[in-house]
Amino acid sequence: MRNKKLLGGAVALLSASLLFAGCGSRAESSASATGGTATKTAKIGVIAPLTGDLAVMGLGIKNSVDLAIKQANESGAIPGWTLELAAEDDQATPDVGANAATKLAADDDVVAVVGTLNSGVAQPVQPILNSATIAMVSPANTSPNLTQGADLSNPTRTYPNYFRTCTTDAIQGPFAAQYLFESGIKKLAVVNDKKPYGQGLAEAVAAKFKELGGEVVADETVNKDDKDFSSVIDIIKSKSPEAVYFGTEFQLAGPMSKQMGDKGLNVPLMGGDGIYDAKFIELGGREKDLATSVGAPIETLESGKSFVESYKAAGFSDGYSAYGAYAYDAANAIIASLKQSLASASDAKSARQATIDGLSSVSFDGATGKVAFDEFGDAVTKTLTVYEVTDGAWVAKQTGELK
Amino acid sequence: MTYYLDQLLNGLSLGSLYALIAVGYTVVYGIVQLINFAHGEIFMIGAFGALSTWIVLSWVTGGSTAWWNLPLMLVGGMIVAVLTAVLMERFAYRPLRNAPRLAPLITAIGISIFLQEFVRLFYGQIPGFPDAKAAIPFPQLEFFTGPAIDVGGLQVHRGNFFVMAALLICWIFLWWFVNRTATGRAMQAVSQDPDTSRLMGIDVDRIIVVAFAVGASLAAVAGLASGLRYGNIDFKMGFLAGLKAFTAAVLGGIGNINGAVVGGLTLGVVEAMATTLIPGQFGGPAWKDVWAFVLLILILVFRPQGLLGAKVVDRA
Repeated sequence: MRNKKLLGGAVALLSASLLFAGCGSRAESSASATGGTATKTAKIGVIAPLTGDLAVMGLGIKNSVDLAIKQANESGAIPGWTLELAAEDDQATPDVGANAATKLAADDDVVAVVGTLNSGVAQPVQPILNSATIAMVSPANTSPNLTQGADLSNPTRTYPNYFRTCTTDAIQGPFAAQYLFESGIKKLAVVNDKKPYGQGLAEAVAAKFKELGGEVVADETVNKDDKDFSSVIDIIKSKSPEAVYFGTEFQLAGPMSKQMGDKGLNVPLMGGDGIYDAKFIELGGREKDLATSVGAPIETLESGKSFVESYKAAGFSDGYSAYGAYAYDAANAIIASLKQSLASASDAKSARQATIDGLSSVSFDGATGKVAFDEFGDAVTKTLTVYEVTDGAWVAKQTGELK
Repeated sequence: MTYYLDQLLNGLSLGSLYALIAVGYTVVYGIVQLINFAHGEIFMIGAFGALSTWIVLSWVTGGSTAWWNLPLMLVGGMIVAVLTAVLMERFAYRPLRNAPRLAPLITAIGISIFLQEFVRLFYGQIPGFPDAKAAIPFPQLEFFTGPAIDVGGLQVHRGNFFVMAALLICWIFLWWFVNRTATGRAMQAVSQDPDTSRLMGIDVDRIIVVAFAVGASLAAVAGLASGLRYGNIDFKMGFLAGLKAFTAAVLGGIGNINGAVVGGLTLGVVEAMATTLIPGQFGGPAWKDVWAFVLLILILVFRPQGLLGAKVVDRA
């Protein structure tokens, strides 16, 4: 019965390989040592997916922070100090993110971190950075629980070191539902990928849509590694909705939209800021598909235009993607706080608490509009924009605030 | 009713994809008793080979998506996949031919990781090729993709026709090859008793290479079909597909080619039907993998040799 034994061994090995598939970090640090000999060094960390499906967004974040740091160093924003970038890859995986946070926390030069991209990765990263009193400013986490705790009806701030420059699902989801309902859609199908981001968003959309008087005809889930959505599309199709809301990121939403078209389910697919990327269209997003994204379109803001221009001038090989401008603002908020906290500090580590304190009172006009944080660490700006795929590109359709 | 037929068709076409890959596991296992876990990666490389062929063609044609690209892409994908499989056999498995069974198995997992990372890191380095760190859009050829075709009220996805037809043709070809050609009969002989086959003048090493090549060609067909059906390919697409196909091969009875086909189709249909027929909390798309593996466990408990597998007499 050797064959049976072999099969048993194979299954055991396979499960072991599954276990380890998520581990192992490919850390990439591109610290650029610049500046004179007399200056002291402080590092701003980045935790974002620099490899994998979401690398487009992660690299946009990293490059934008890099840009803000370079600009601060060039203009001598903080006399006597040189800022450096310490970027870590989280592979969009909570475990890897936690390792990255531990590594940054152990580095005495790190004063603050921009990240993470995924709300699910932020959960383990928050406590690690908090116990090291390192400020964390996320350009992209949209889960409301990260700032207001598990019970949203009785919000309490969980981690005093945590801030974010983007709006949350508690606003983004209802805003999407409101847009759909007002554009005449009464029957909506909701799908999510079971990740904290997608699930939270889909639930928020469904709740608001029902509240407005619409009907949620289907509520389905998919697995994050799925490629074949034909079964779920047939289920949705049998309920004949007028639109499909998919709480996920572009690498699932693009193929989903394509397969909807292939199956003859010709209704728009809508998603959140996670699908607002050119890659969504490349991977199969169709005309008339919709996405909400936080803030006003950056091209319409004077400060946004100058960010876009300097980003292009810096010659990064990847675009700034959906969150680049938010990461740029996050880095500049940190730099604004560092101006005070580092001025009197003897070394970077001793300035950590003062940096956190300083962030609460930061206020300036950034690339995405006014940058300031409320008592929970959330951005005060609650503006959102609906984008539509028109002639193969995302075009701003409507900018507004949640009613 | 059409709704259930729709789902059945989804299952059959997904199953065809699994079956095309599963044949590669089964053929190699039948001959060398090796579970080649790197086979999922051959499927991925077949898809990248087809994409590369299209990219090279597009330098001449300016990015034409006409139907005649398909056979060229298929040949390109097959060449790359077969070449990879043959090299893998020659340099990784052959030196371990007489090593303990676990050595080649662990080697297979190592090769699998190597191939994934190789494509991830180096594919984009080739001038003119897209970066492979994230999913790459796959060219959507005319006729084989596009709006669904209406067949008596059933909306049939064009990619479904392609993958099911591909499976049928490959199955017939395999039957002919294994039963009607000298090489095929030599394969059967080696799978029954390699030592005696060698005494009869069969070049066992050559037969093993043929087995890897046959599996790789079918995996390349599956890679192309997957690209057309889902519209994108990525460096880790082989992992889950390989896992499912391996499951299908075990389900059908590993070592048996018809078993791989039946196992693949069964697995695909069970996944599609589980999303549809099972109501309530334990049904729906989220549970499809659970039910597929419940079926596998049940079959292995009550019929350990798989659906079509014969009870193997241990030759050692």
